Amino acid sequence: MLSRVAENIYWMARYIERAENSARLINVTTNLALDLPKKVAFDWHALIDITGYGEKYQERYGAADERNVVRFLIGDTANPGSVLSSLDNARENARTIRDIIPREAWEQINHLNLRCKNDIQAGLSQRGRYDYLRWIILGAQTITGMLAGTMNHDAGYDFLRMGRNLERADMTTRIIDVRSANLFTEKPAELSTYDNIQWMSVLKSLTGYQMYRRAMQVRVRRPDVLKFLFKDKTFPRSFIHTIGEVESCLQHLPRNDAPLRLVAQLQRVINDAAPEKLAKDELHAFIDELQVHLAKLGGEITATYFSVAAPSEVVKS
Amino acid sequence: MTIRWKEYSTHGLHDELMRGGGRPRDAARFLCQYLRKLSDEDLQERKAASELAMRVMGITFTVYSEKGGSIDRVWPFDIIPRVIAKSEWDVIEEGLKQRVQALNMFIDDIYHEQRIVKDGVFPADILAGSKNFREQCVGVNPPLGVWAHICGSDLVRDKNGAMYVLEDNLRVPSGVSYMLENRQVMKRIFPELFQAAGILPVDDYPSQLYDTLASISPRPMAQPEVVVLTPGIYNSAYFEHSYLAQQMGAELVEGGDLVVGDDDCVYMRAVEGLIRVDVIYRRIDDMFLDPEAFDPASMLGVRGLMRAWKKGNVALANAPGAGVADDKVVYAYVPKMIRYYLDQDAIIPNVETYLCSEKKERDYVLANLGKLVVKPANESGGYGMLVGPHSSKKECEQFAKLIRKNPRNYIAQPMLTLSTAPTMVGNHVEPRHLDLRPFILSGQQSYVTMGGLTRVALKKGSIVVNSSQGGGSKDTWIVDGV
Repeated sequence: MLSRVAENIYWMARYIERAENSARLINVTTNLALDLPKKVAFDWHALIDITGYGEKYQERYGAADERNVVRFLIGDTANPGSVLSSLDNARENARTIRDIIPREAWEQINHLNLRCKNDIQAGLSQRGRYDYLRWIILGAQTITGMLAGTMNHDAGYDFLRMGRNLERADMTTRIIDVRSANLFTEKPAELSTYDNIQWMSVLKSLTGYQMYRRAMQVRVRRPDVLKFLFKDKTFPRSFIHTIGEVESCLQHLPRNDAPLRLVAQLQRVINDAAPEKLAKDELHAFIDELQVHLAKLGGEITATYFSVAAPSEVVKS
Repeated sequence: MTIRWKEYSTHGLHDELMRGGGRPRDAARFLCQYLRKLSDEDLQERKAASELAMRVMGITFTVYSEKGGSIDRVWPFDIIPRVIAKSEWDVIEEGLKQRVQALNMFIDDIYHEQRIVKDGVFPADILAGSKNFREQCVGVNPPLGVWAHICGSDLVRDKNGAMYVLEDNLRVPSGVSYMLENRQVMKRIFPELFQAAGILPVDDYPSQLYDTLASISPRPMAQPEVVVLTPGIYNSAYFEHSYLAQQMGAELVEGGDLVVGDDDCVYMRAVEGLIRVDVIYRRIDDMFLDPEAFDPASMLGVRGLMRAWKKGNVALANAPGAGVADDKVVYAYVPKMIRYYLDQDAIIPNVETYLCSEKKERDYVLANLGKLVVKPANESGGYGMLVGPHSSKKECEQFAKLIRKNPRNYIAQPMLTLSTAPTMVGNHVEPRHLDLRPFILSGQQSYVTMGGLTRVALKKGSIVVNSSQGGGSKDTWIVDGV
């Protein structure tokens, strides 16, 4: 498989996953905001922080209110992390590898991209938003399913799964990080009842609520949620699970020594940690550490498989 | 009731579907009867469905915009197909094979002994003035002696219905993917017609192409490494490059994906490391193939590719230099080539062509500019032409100057009134002019597509069918049993 093609598949998968995760995040947050009492100021900026494009937002809109935050996260192509930008990038990557991915999947990517653009007004309106985002999530899942069901499970598919899972790992840590800080600017005593709701929303952002109940069989509490999201091996969006997926992909690929070593390191870090016991600041530091590891792993995959071989490396027959 | 064939006027020209007076040709009878039964709503529904299918399938061509970036456009598609009887097509197919065989023999001869020049059949000065003759190719022996493995020849009918070859594209002819996709779209929107009408399939082109390419591999093996070399996603034909690679199961590579090793073999950069490449179906012009041999500023090509090709370590399709026969002056000599190399008469005639390099013919051209179409020898896409009957006196005078200055560079042909076919305009049908581009493959065996790409000028009265200039396309049916 061509290095350039592997790289495009990898990024296509990352962008599709990113679009899906953003859509989930916005949907669940909107839902949560509706449940809060009137006097509580909901911190929309927290949503921007998750994506890591706070400065960009500041530059374009200034203060964070629902309307602008949603516009920025869904439809603003100046935001490289917006749903629209992600789908544009996914399509652009898919376009250059149309000869690799099954045609139906390409058609679906194309279709999702077009529809996301055409219906953007509905997505920005409060009433249309839920359906619009749900449709994007469904569309992204359809692509994932089509690829799983129709694409050869060869090296290309391994790069696809790696891209998806690294992106997922990244997003899971970001969501925990910001949510565990706080969504409310101030927290009067009577609002403590909303703590649970907030952790529920973390789970729901990751479609993990139902699976949490099945796996943990306890009510929603911070320590259990953290344990579940970092260390549950069965939940496909838990951190440990996504890293396991990356590991299994790498095992099929040639020249995998260096990246596998980094995966092992990362697994050690997560196995040794007890995130449920970490206080707020400690948790933040822990997540920072994981992010650094993820970045290193991504960098190593790029260096090993995507970066161009120099002419001096040319073999002689 | 929408399509009233009785009201369809052929204006005394040859029409592909109708004889005039509302009577369909034999091969088109089934189709015309079927279409007559469709209501306005039916037709609009099919048309909308075809447009949606095109968009969803991502069938696009790329146009550049000035404000950075490029736009994908869907190429206009007309839902009424063009129909040709199998019995007529059989003759055309023979004619195309004959023509391409002679062209390949000509190219091989030109880069070796030049017997045709020595024997006085082809003038030496025309060769000397050829823009697409490549010094670098002299003495090279491509596998099987074939240079033009993929040829796209443009066919036109005049108003009386006779079929002519208008030009041969031997460099990087494009359009075959639209032929294949048009058929896919038609099958989606008119499934009932395909069950009953005896339409011959076109789908085996990609596997025929693969077999042709595999047959010229320098390493004899069942599955040689075949790749398609594209200039990249901003090329207007990128869709086709990608499509063909996908259909053949070949890698689609860009120049940067390939590297020539110290052993003069070509490799592609892959996640496994470097992999040897046997056959390159290149969709890049000669001049950009290899910065070492041609344009040193080319970013698209692969350094050392010509070296590898000359040594026989990699096959290139089409071979560099094949374009020497893709020249409108050389075109005029094709009937003579067929006689010279094959000792046969050309089955499909050329359009009558006046060579400005010949004094007698030049004088005729200069005296009759208002009646003729003048074309430069080496341009494609309809650029740099003079269409006499549609030009001002001043434009004619300018062209007269150009011709006198460089007679070798111009030919002239009588203005053809191309045949027409019924085409949807709003809710009814009107005649529109069209041409046909079949594709001919040459390797161990030769193969002609079943029909080809029909391009149609959508503007009333226009004869310009190019996609960039208001042209569209139709599905082309070769119908058996009529």
